[in-house]
Amino acid sequence: MSTTLRTPPPGRTRTPGAGASRRRRGRGLATAFVLPALLLLGALVVYPIVYSVVRSTFDSGGSHFIGLGNYRTAFRDPATLTALRNNAIWVAVAPALVTAIGLVFAVLTERVRWGTAFKLLVFMPMAISFLAAGIIFRLVYDQDPQQGVLNAVVVAVHDTFAPPSPYPGVHPREDNPLVAADDGSARISVDPASPGGVLLPLLGVAPTALPRDARPAAIPAAGSGSAVDGVAFLDFVPGGGGRPGVPGPGKKGLPGLTVQLLQNGRKVGTATTAADGTFHLARPSGGGPMQVVLPASDFAQPYQGVSWLGPTLVTPAVIGAYIWIWAGFAMVVIGAGLANLPRDTLEAARIDGASEWQVFRRITVPQLAPVLGVVFVTMVINVMKVFDLVFIIAPQPVQQNADVLALQLWLDSFGGADDQGLGSALGVLLLLLVVPFMVLNIRRFRRRT
Amino acid sequence: MKRLVALTRGGLVRAVLITAALVWLTPTLGLLVSSLRPAALTSSSGWWTVLLHPTRLTLGNYTSLLRGNDVTGALWNTVLISVPATAAVVALAALAGYAFAWLEFPGRDVIFLVVVGLLVVPVQIGFIPVAKLMGVIGIFGTIPGVVLFHVAYGLPFAVFLMRNNFLDIPREMLEAARVDGAGEWRTFRSLALPLAAPGLASLAIFQFLWVWNDMLVALIFAGPSSQPLTVLLQSQMRQFGSNLSILAPGAFLSLLVPVAVFFAFQRYFVQGAMAGSVK
Repeated sequence: MSTTLRTPPPGRTRTPGAGASRRRRGRGLATAFVLPALLLLGALVVYPIVYSVVRSTFDSGGSHFIGLGNYRTAFRDPATLTALRNNAIWVAVAPALVTAIGLVFAVLTERVRWGTAFKLLVFMPMAISFLAAGIIFRLVYDQDPQQGVLNAVVVAVHDTFAPPSPYPGVHPREDNPLVAADDGSARISVDPASPGGVLLPLLGVAPTALPRDARPAAIPAAGSGSAVDGVAFLDFVPGGGGRPGVPGPGKKGLPGLTVQLLQNGRKVGTATTAADGTFHLARPSGGGPMQVVLPASDFAQPYQGVSWLGPTLVTPAVIGAYIWIWAGFAMVVIGAGLANLPRDTLEAARIDGASEWQVFRRITVPQLAPVLGVVFVTMVINVMKVFDLVFIIAPQPVQQNADVLALQLWLDSFGGADDQGLGSALGVLLLLLVVPFMVLNIRRFRRRT
Repeated sequence: MKRLVALTRGGLVRAVLITAALVWLTPTLGLLVSSLRPAALTSSSGWWTVLLHPTRLTLGNYTSLLRGNDVTGALWNTVLISVPATAAVVALAALAGYAFAWLEFPGRDVIFLVVVGLLVVPVQIGFIPVAKLMGVIGIFGTIPGVVLFHVAYGLPFAVFLMRNNFLDIPREMLEAARVDGAGEWRTFRSLALPLAAPGLASLAIFQFLWVWNDMLVALIFAGPSSQPLTVLLQSQMRQFGSNLSILAPGAFLSLLVPVAVFFAFQRYFVQGAMAGSVK
């Protein structure tokens, strides 16, 4: 099915005489055919445009004419300005990404046998409601890594590269020889002449939170000229008792902590504490001040992931959901354009030794330019009117950060502000913004055929 | 060497597409699994843990959801809104589209251009004035009001689509019917309409999905007793976490029908999407 704005082919005149009465009868039928549609359009679409233009020049109550006052208010109102800024971000980012991803998918699916299945999968989100998509992405973006799949992935990746403390909340005793440093680590000086057994008493871990293999803290070896020995332990006896600062009955070692040895301020050794909390650090020969360090990672709070729906990231997050919905549309339309491309230029270029990238860059993309243009402009129009996704995905407290024009219009007219003058002005503004792109799209469409 | 390059490139294409497929599949899968987990589990662990305990799934959320009158009522409202709104748009647009394509009346092409121009009008423009208008007639907050609004704002695209659709019928066929003595109405009814069936199907599917999936229009024009499923679910969004055992199955129910329509009629759906690329 082709959809064009072409005019009917010429040669419509009928023979005179017989035509006159026919035409009159045809005219009655034509009126009956178009009138219901035109009446509805007139009352519910054309009249509202006129109404909105007029209404936008009156104040919120509708009784005082204020000219362009509402438009001035709109451009001074911080909420509307945020909405306009976000709309600009949407227009700058979303259509280009949707078109680019659609193009990549369309080109790549031609090369695998399961391309059709892939297309169905990616196209399917277009069939579902923004509400369902919004709920789906509220789940994806949930802050809690136990709930939101995206943060679960982010935390898993983060923890692979920067493991969290095995004991969240662990800290040195206050009256303890371990000194907290600015970088979040804790260190203790060791006398190079007689290193002794280094004691690292720590607090802040519930005895029940200890790993099952934690054994009673052992008294460390005395250390020597070639090694520093020590023990990291939980300086707390369930039920009370024991001498603070030294291992003893009831105190357990803290396995799995990282311990570093510094000599002259340089790291010269690293060890991990054993099940009984002991560690053994080989020391290089030579003198100089030495320190045993528990690095910051031993005290790091567990990483909680990214606040996707927080004030700064909420707009990019909603744009992500939008791409998920619309990339399939771009892919299918571009794919149809791709199927209509003449194959001989592609083949000729390949025979001439052009690489696949060159073929794509120099032949496929330029030939697809009209289709890409239609998809892009369609997305621009669509993005300007975006409402539902923002309304549903952005949680109430950050709604103002994610605000867009259509949402602000709704808030002004219905959502409590109840200023229909301002709301009408935003409606007219939205219409004015969309019109040039629509004209462009219809023109382009006409030219193509 | 060349084959090696081709092989790795094929591998790269596959890797990109498989990754993309996972990214596109996972969110919906998350909703489905969440809707099948008991509320107690939903708040304590992620839905992906189902991979470890696949037996802990239940239809309980769905049965308790459907036992409540709210949801079944809202689902029924969705049907009562979507079906008439689709039928009316298809009927009105078929008539008008045919007239714009093949009947002659003064100002035809100008009026058609105006109708196409109305494609730009965002639905938001209509909210305030149409709400007032419907308040006067007394259908604001009722199902007929919602239907009427959907029909009006569906028409520009529908008329545009239908006119182009009817223009694809060869002139000779229509002339032959007229020569055989068929009146304009019979020509339309018995010849043009059947020939335009695929286009009508595309339009019907698109309009149906558009109305079924709508939340924005119903948010304003539907009252408490006429609200569709989307509006009902939206009202539960404020306590997202604690309402997940309602929201997840509700959202999944609401997307079952569009997805079924999509898979059953994907050919028409794709055609409609192409045609709709000016909307």
